[in-house]
Amino acid sequence: MSNPDEILDPELKLYEKRKGVYPKAVDGTFRRLKWVIMAVTLGIYYVTPWIRWDRGPYAPDQAVLVDLANRRFYMFGIEIWPHEFYYVAGMLVMAGIGLFLVTSAVGRAWCGYSCPQTVWTDLFQHIERAIDGDRNAQFRLQDAPWGPKKIAKRFGKWTIWLLVAMATGGAWIFYFADAPTLARDFFTGEAAFVAYATVGVLTATTFIFGGFMREQVCIYMCPWPRIQAAMMDEKSLTVTYKDWRGEPRGSVKKAEAQPGSFGDCIDCNQCVAVCPTGIDIREGPQIGCITCALCIDACDKVMDQVGRPRGLIDYVTAEDAELEKAGQQHTPVLKTLLRPRTLLYFSVWGAIGLAMLFAVGNRTRIDISANHDRNPLYVQLADGGVRNAYTANLRNMENRPRTMEISMSGLAEAVLWSNQGSRETAGQTIMVEVPADSVGRVRLFVAAPGEGPAREEFTLTVRAKDDRTAQDTHDVFFERPEAEE
Amino acid sequence: MVDKQRVDEATGTKTVGHEWDGIEELDTPMPRWWLWTLYATIFWALIYVVLYPAWPMVNSATEGVLGWSSRGDYEKAVAMRETELEPIRQALVNTDIHDLPNDPELLNNAIQGGRSAFKVHCVQCHGSGAAGSKGYPNLNDDEWLWGGDMAAIEYTLVHGIRNPDHPETRFSLMPAFGRDGILQPSEIEDLVSYVRVISGREKESGSATRGAGLFETNCAVCHGSDAKGDRTQGAPDLTDAINLYGLDRASINDTITNSRNGVMPRWGHRLDAATIRMLAAYVHSLGGGEDAPGEQEVASEEAATETSEDEQS
Repeated sequence: MSNPDEILDPELKLYEKRKGVYPKAVDGTFRRLKWVIMAVTLGIYYVTPWIRWDRGPYAPDQAVLVDLANRRFYMFGIEIWPHEFYYVAGMLVMAGIGLFLVTSAVGRAWCGYSCPQTVWTDLFQHIERAIDGDRNAQFRLQDAPWGPKKIAKRFGKWTIWLLVAMATGGAWIFYFADAPTLARDFFTGEAAFVAYATVGVLTATTFIFGGFMREQVCIYMCPWPRIQAAMMDEKSLTVTYKDWRGEPRGSVKKAEAQPGSFGDCIDCNQCVAVCPTGIDIREGPQIGCITCALCIDACDKVMDQVGRPRGLIDYVTAEDAELEKAGQQHTPVLKTLLRPRTLLYFSVWGAIGLAMLFAVGNRTRIDISANHDRNPLYVQLADGGVRNAYTANLRNMENRPRTMEISMSGLAEAVLWSNQGSRETAGQTIMVEVPADSVGRVRLFVAAPGEGPAREEFTLTVRAKDDRTAQDTHDVFFERPEAEE
Repeated sequence: MVDKQRVDEATGTKTVGHEWDGIEELDTPMPRWWLWTLYATIFWALIYVVLYPAWPMVNSATEGVLGWSSRGDYEKAVAMRETELEPIRQALVNTDIHDLPNDPELLNNAIQGGRSAFKVHCVQCHGSGAAGSKGYPNLNDDEWLWGGDMAAIEYTLVHGIRNPDHPETRFSLMPAFGRDGILQPSEIEDLVSYVRVISGREKESGSATRGAGLFETNCAVCHGSDAKGDRTQGAPDLTDAINLYGLDRASINDTITNSRNGVMPRWGHRLDAATIRMLAAYVHSLGGGEDAPGEQEVASEEAATETSEDEQS
């Protein structure tokens, strides 16, 4: 470590300007992996809303649709109603535990490869390189005075960024409405204000976060690196500079002049040049490192050129680093991966997933719930009978209209009718038409003789006429006046 | 404190000088853009203060150049709703009340509107569940003093019951047999026995047999010799399980002695026709609503005893 006095700014400021990061282009295993992941994630993001999925004439044909207005969430073959929101909660829990699992096994892989901030920043940096040139050209342009060329380049870059940002914000809204319709309405100015507002906000955030904030988001705004610090242990993969092998640094010439007194690091600074967050990995693990491994690619290339073994910077767990330093073998990968912590995360994650799959497979698509009228609790009828009323909700969660039969059991000499019928025509069952994918509400009247217990439980059953196996029951009370006089 | 300041080895950053059980805080400078967000919020606050109500004054706040107020928003929402409802109100007024059941959608709209109007105008007497109480009819049940089809209910709503200022109001008067000395207390007791026998509350007795004769002379003219009542004059059916003032001896005795003359205000001049129709549809929907009668029920007119109470019972 250098002398602290040299590092310390004599005029310590309260606020610090962002130091520009101009990462150099690099090629290698991890760079290619990043390309693939970028293509896949952006592809999923932009294409998904346009996938069609036939659900018949009564439901939207969009494969993934969050229909907020009608409170339905469609995901391919699964349709989720508001009362089934626990599936969404379960998916969020799985996403959370999934992040724990990934972090404990392979460290900040999420940050390095698939976080939207990383993916869009990466995309924006490629655009930047295409317009401004690579790292050194960017430096020069940054320092150059404003002239026609610089203005043209800046304007061109920002325009392309803005277009990407608009496409990003634009794609988002298609998840919430029928994509082709919304696209037409959007461009003819007929879409809802909220659609334009959403696109505007997301365009602005993408443009600013991807173009200008970049690593500032990771270092200052995102809570996840802090949480990850607690999730990681000595068996989690991190990008590690093997200082025991690299130090002391010295150029190839120096090493040739004094063999044996220098490590493998030739201090070429390529690892720093390619870093998208502008850090020096050789200072050790730090919060600015998103483990994107571009420095590994850069270093491996240099090591190849100077004829030294690859992996001076490498994915190594802290435990393996200690072993390697001591000249011992790494712990086998499987042993590192299959440790109680990861197994526990995985089993919890898998258990929730299986439970949800099971629940989705077995959920009923027909449902009855009935509320007993409390005001009045019962009605005395002229002939001495007593009537109770219920408001029944019949959920038809299939994408077709259904005729449902409501029947009752467990109440002697009782008759049932709905607001459409009358006591004269009442019987033991009533039929209700429930439109596709909706809740039918029907008021039920039940009349029974006045003599009997003050409170009696009985059961309402609903069956779909087109599928007698689909049924649901609901227990309700029948109330009578307390014996008088 | 400042003398505790030191430079942290690992980061090369100065500490602020505080120390809690060995934990120190680095004096890392804030990112400059963070300061900009602070300025942005201040800038926004200035705009907001100009646009919207902001500064509290003595009587009210500054108005803001947009003239926005939550009360104004509410009024706009109400006005918008009124505009939406206008076609329904028009359709309701233009539809013959007998045809209303044939238009399920309009009927349902009317019922929902009636439910709201009921909560404002009717709950004071009939209760929030329309279950009534002693002297105030339960509108859920299947006994009606003046008729339970939609048109009859609407007539009752428009003209009220026993409104002295209105010629078309539903009107009848049961004599106060005891108070006016028409019957002796013992005769009234006999009538009470008879009424309780025909409504299934008591077993046959000598008193009831004597009461039967008295009933024929005094009561049957309104309630009918079969005591089934007469809706044209709001005379209740005395044989069923429902009575507006109770079927215990004391209540019946009180009714015969002092008579009952419940009053319902008329609403024709207070509410618009659409609202009244909505109320009629709602009351009709509560469970006891009757189909429109082919011919007006004309019960046998006989001697009078107990008279009508209010509209329905």
